[in-house]
Formats: sequence, structure tokens, C-alpha cells
Amino acid sequence: MNRFINYTTIIIFGLVFVMPLVWVFVTSISPANEVIRGGNPFWTWNPTFENYVDAWEAAPFLRYYFNTLVIVFGILGVQLITITLAAYAFARFEFPGKNVLFILFLLQLMIQPEILLFPNYQVMSELGLVDTKLAVMLPFWASAFGVFLLRQTFKQVPYELDEASKMDGSKWCQTLRHVYIPAAKPTYIAFSLVSISTHWSNFMWPLIITDSVENRPLTVGIALFAQSYETGAQWGMVSAGTVMVILPLLIAFFIFQKQFVSSFMHSGIK
Amino acid sequence: MFKSKEKRNKHINFYFKQNMFAYLLLLPSFIFLALFTFYPTIKSIQLSFYSGPLTRLEFSGLDQYVNVMNDEIVRQVLLNNIIFTLVTVPTSILLAMYLAIWLNKKLRGSALLRTSFFYPTVIPLIAIANIWLFIYTPQYGLLDQFLSTFGADDTNLLGHPNTALAATIVMMIWKDTGFYMIFFLAGLQNLPRDVYEAALIEGAKPFQTFRHITFPLLMPTTLFVMIVAITNSFKNVDHLYIMTKGGPDNASNLLLYYIYQVAFTNWDLGKAAVLTVILIAILLTITAFNYFYSDRKIHY
Repeated sequence: MNRFINYTTIIIFGLVFVMPLVWVFVTSISPANEVIRGGNPFWTWNPTFENYVDAWEAAPFLRYYFNTLVIVFGILGVQLITITLAAYAFARFEFPGKNVLFILFLLQLMIQPEILLFPNYQVMSELGLVDTKLAVMLPFWASAFGVFLLRQTFKQVPYELDEASKMDGSKWCQTLRHVYIPAAKPTYIAFSLVSISTHWSNFMWPLIITDSVENRPLTVGIALFAQSYETGAQWGMVSAGTVMVILPLLIAFFIFQKQFVSSFMHSGIK
Repeated sequence: MFKSKEKRNKHINFYFKQNMFAYLLLLPSFIFLALFTFYPTIKSIQLSFYSGPLTRLEFSGLDQYVNVMNDEIVRQVLLNNIIFTLVTVPTSILLAMYLAIWLNKKLRGSALLRTSFFYPTVIPLIAIANIWLFIYTPQYGLLDQFLSTFGADDTNLLGHPNTALAATIVMMIWKDTGFYMIFFLAGLQNLPRDVYEAALIEGAKPFQTFRHITFPLLMPTTLFVMIVAITNSFKNVDHLYIMTKGGPDNASNLLLYYIYQVAFTNWDLGKAAVLTVILIAILLTITAFNYFYSDRKIHY
């Protein structure tokens, strides 16, 4: 009985959680007049792709996709290098000031770049980088989160492997490449998935620092697009735009669901 | 004698080289941290003591702090953020824990249910705000369509000062619960099974098992999730841009969004700096509290 009540509650919760997604999909393929008349919100008898066509023509989504891809992979690419080097130093070297440096790195976990919207805007304008994709990426090129995650993994690599590789006359970068990086593959996947989905979603910082179609990512594009059509008559179109933003993430999520879930889990175990 | 000195020099040389190498490895990360975390933080603190337009800044000591703390809107925004945090964090954590405990069991459909709770995590908050704006739209929105079947409709949750904050809180719980659930699922998998067997033999009721075994054992996970959740409640404000712009009358405004408005709509740089410093102070206090105090309070 107890079980029954709990599972019923959870199934109802589950339905409530899925409803918004189903609704936005149905709205995006419903003809405009149907949305306003208010028929069954979860079904349409006249599915149409008109909203998608309209949305695609009303805003430069292709450009926004391109910008988002450049930004997301531009951030990830540099992050993978910086976190690998720093994690290697913290995991395998003893040097003066190690603890102080470690705490300084820790600070970024608390004062994340997203919080420093206003002062970082000033830094970018001092650097003359306002309204560039570079400015969107730069604050995230160091990732304390990534360094800590990877340091934990590197520490578990047996010293003997490291020594053996050095005995063979490998340079440090070869040791990294042949010993450490392969051992940390799951961590790299976890970090990459978290990084990609975080930066794909980022909004406030690119909103402030970009001011042109050439540099605007999808999130900012869809927000401006939605704002110019706030009336109910354009719901179908805005829903279609919204679906276009979330679809790549949802598809990636359903394909890599296991990795996604375990990545997010992994990222939490300190 | 001569030889051993040479040896020592070699030794020092080796350590010096190794230290330099470690610093070089840290340098790339450190440059970006310095430029975009340390420098802006220090700059905000410095700017918070100056007032006036950017070209004619004058030292004003703590004046701006006094002004900001006496500002009615600032007080309201801070209060809003505290309410927002105090409601979203415990609610989503308890709900996440509840879901994790029941979905941890291998039953048909539990994978599907886990997915339906987790998927909002991968959707950008700004897109979620679009969807929920439509849900809350008077008359045509999903909520009013649903309520109209009971005869009541025409709510305007986002348009009323009394309900706007609550409406965004519900949305945020919907967005974050699945994310936290994942951590609890991970935590549950690491719990020792023999304790549960012992409890079963002793004839413990399910709720007793939860209260005396599961809940205390999950404490480290709960604390970790709590820090993440509190940080999120100060960091994630994207939805306001779409849903309310902080209104009506700042009823749903949150600290970071207000900083954005002060800095980029009113161009009041000194005030924005003071508010940024306050935000940093809040976040540092929370983490420090966790580090120095809570760590000692975990009981196994």
C-alpha cells in the first residue's frame, strides 16, 4: 500500500515534469489559429512545419548555431589543455606555495565568472574585446572545477607507470599522453559533457558582452527573438524557435544518456 | 669537499628546475584566473569605495555601502533572493532525495521516470523561461487552460507582485530537482548494504530506516548538493530577462539580475560594484561556513 501510494505520487510528478516539454513540441507544430482558440493543448490534428519555417526566416538561427558551436568548442578546447597541465602539476609535483595556489584555484569555484558580470565587462572593455566571441570564451578558459576533477584522477595513476615511462626516456608530454590522459578518459568525457551543456546554456554573460548577430550565441538570439513576438498569436513561432535551441541538447542527451547521467554524478563526487 | 658542493648545487638545480616546471604547468590556468577572477574581484572592491561617473571618480569611503543598504529596492531584492534560496533549496533537495530513494530500486519504468526528471537539467534556463512564460500566460497559458476545467481561470501569476516570485520559484524547482536527484542516486549506491539488512531483521519500518539510516548516511551528499544549490540560487537569473524583468515593482528581482540592471541600464557603476562585492561576500561566507563548520557536524 505504502509502495503503491509512493509510486503513484512519483508517476504523477513525472507526468507534471514531462508536460511542459510535450506542450512546447505540440505548440510548435500547431497552426497559429489553433493555439489561440485553445483546443487540446497536447494534441493537434493539423500538424505543420510552418512555424519552423517562419522562425528560421525571421531570425538568423544558422548564424547563431555557428556562433554557439564556435564558443562552446572554443571554450572546451582550451579548457582541456589548461586543466590537463594544472592537474598534472597539482597531482604529481611538490613545490613551494602549492597550498596557497590550490586555494587560489579553489576561489573560482565560489566566485564563478558568471557572478562577475559587471567587473568582467570592464576588463573586456579595457582589453578592447567587447562584442567578440573571444570575450565570451575568455573567462572560462581556466576551470578550477576541471582541474580538481582531473587532479583526483591523475592521483590514482600508479607512480610506477609514471617512472617506467620516464625510464624509457619519454619526455613529460609523452608521459602525459601515453600514461595519464588514457587513464583519465572517463573524467575527460564527464568534464566535456558538463562543460558543453553549461556553455551552450550560458546567457547573461553573452547577453552583456555581445552586441551583434556575428557574435551572439543561440541563447541570446532566442531571447531577443522571443521578446519581439510576445503576443499569443506568435506562440507557435516562438515555440518552434525554442525547440530549435533545445533540440540538439535533447538529442545529444538521449543518445548519450548513460554518459550524461554518470558524468553529472561523477562531477559531484569530490 | 669540492665535489660534495658541486653535488649539492646539482641537487638545488634539480629542485629549482622542477619547481619552475610545476609553475609553468600552472601558468596558463593562472593567467586566466588572474585576469577574469582575481583582478575583477579586486577591482570591484576598489570601485565600491569610489562614486561618480567613470571619468571623474571620487573617493567616497563607505558612503556607497551606507546608501546601498538604505536603498529600499536593494533591501527588497536581497529579501527576495533570501526567500528564493530558502524555498528552492530545501524543497528541491527533499524532493530530489525522495525521488532518488524510490527510483533507486530496479523496477520497470524507473529508468524512464529518472529521465523525465533529469531532462530539464540539459535545457538552457532561457529556453525554459520561454516555455514557462507561456504556461503562466493569462487565459491561453497551460495553467489557465487547466484551471478553466475547474471553472477558475484568468490567473496572472507573473503580473502580480504577490505571486511573481512564487511562480519563478516553482519553475526553478522543476528545473533543478532532477539534477540534484542524480547526486542522491550516486550517494545511495555507495551506501553499505549490510546496515539495511540488519534494519530489516530488526523489523524497522520504512520511515524509521530513512530517518535513522538513509538520511544520516546521505549527509555528505546533502551538504554538497546544498552548496551547489545555494550557489545556483544566486547565479542563475536568466529567467528574469524573459519572464518578468525583475518586476512587477521588483517583486521577483534577484541580486545578480539587479546588478545587471544597475550596471547596464542605469550605468551606476559604484552601486553595481558595491552589490557585486556583497554578492561575492555572501558566496564566500556560505562556502566558508561549509568548510569550517558543517564538516565537523557530519555524523555517521
